[in-house]
Amino acid sequence: MKIALTSRGRSLDVLLDTRFGRAPYFVVYDTVSKETEAVENIQNLNAVQGAGIQAATTVAKTGAEAVISGHCGPKAFRVLQAAGIKVYLSGGALTGTEALRRFEAGDLKPIDTADVEGHWA
Amino acid sequence: MNIAIASGKGGTGKTTVSLALAETLGSRARLLDCDVEEPNCHLFLDAEPIRREEVQISVPEFDRERCTDCGACARVCNFHAIAALGKKKILFFPELCHSCGGCLPACPSGAIREVMHRIGRLEFRRAAGFELVTGVVDVGYPMAVPVIRDLKKQALSDKTNLFDSPPGTACPMVATVRGADYVLLVTEPTPFGLHDLELACDTLEALNLRCGVIVNRADGHGGEVENFCRGRDIPILMEIPFSRKIAEGYSSGKRLLECAPELKLEFERLLAEIGVK
Repeated sequence: MKIALTSRGRSLDVLLDTRFGRAPYFVVYDTVSKETEAVENIQNLNAVQGAGIQAATTVAKTGAEAVISGHCGPKAFRVLQAAGIKVYLSGGALTGTEALRRFEAGDLKPIDTADVEGHWA
Repeated sequence: MNIAIASGKGGTGKTTVSLALAETLGSRARLLDCDVEEPNCHLFLDAEPIRREEVQISVPEFDRERCTDCGACARVCNFHAIAALGKKKILFFPELCHSCGGCLPACPSGAIREVMHRIGRLEFRRAAGFELVTGVVDVGYPMAVPVIRDLKKQALSDKTNLFDSPPGTACPMVATVRGADYVLLVTEPTPFGLHDLELACDTLEALNLRCGVIVNRADGHGGEVENFCRGRDIPILMEIPFSRKIAEGYSSGKRLLECAPELKLEFERLLAEIGVK
């Protein structure tokens, strides 16, 4: 299973970006191969609108089945839900590694609705 | 002839002036309330709408049978209104769509057609001797401009069309004043009125539109506004006095010319001065 984490950088060692749509990177971690891949989301940083929708489409293309982020707005959530991707909130400023550890320990629960309005940041 | 009534600052008296001009012109006027997010001209008229029309924009509709999952529609959409997720899962967000129609030719399999999507309404009223058309944007739809554009199609070539503008100098104001033959800027003799008047004048200059100023609630302290207008070579066409009589009438929903009918002569003079026959 692949998990996409919204990140400020290209590896699991850096802090997560708590934004979903405007996070600069998604670090995609494969739980089977234990490998990570960084996917750029920089094209969405300055999008006038629809950053969450685009970002969710990008995540869907990676084949991820779960997302770990700080927050998730309504449009992004709708797209992720349609793509069958579960959304988990990190609940604070964590590195990717810490977030994955909490995820694998079952400390993060999937949300069933967006937790913020659009353009919240 | 088309006259826009704008201000920059809110609450300076655009609607007050618009209604007075319409009342002065009577059957020669058609007043369009372009403040579609919070229209208020009708509140000063005791008249129910005689007709309503829906305002619609064209948006894409997707035929899942024909869709080949190529994703071209989502890639061409600059407004990110389409998410194509494969397996014929396409999500569309009408509130982000600008009706550009770009997705139709982008689709190689002809799976997209245009359908109409409601975003607001127009209301037609007749009262106080003139016609009023009000634009109202639906709650939840984020763009005023498409409603304003549709409303302005109701301008009639044989009438003096009055466009009551929303405040500010952003897209809704620009959409309102664009195409006007003359713009009346209503201001008040305060630092705030002057500040926003300057912004409005700059905007109209960029749009290459002629304008003149009406000072509302004039109390003899309008020196700064006068200096500004003189410096920019913009005429002050009229002053509406700061008066308890007018303020009391306004607070109970009365139009300016109901409270101060003597001002009608002033408005006739103003209309003649800016070339309205």
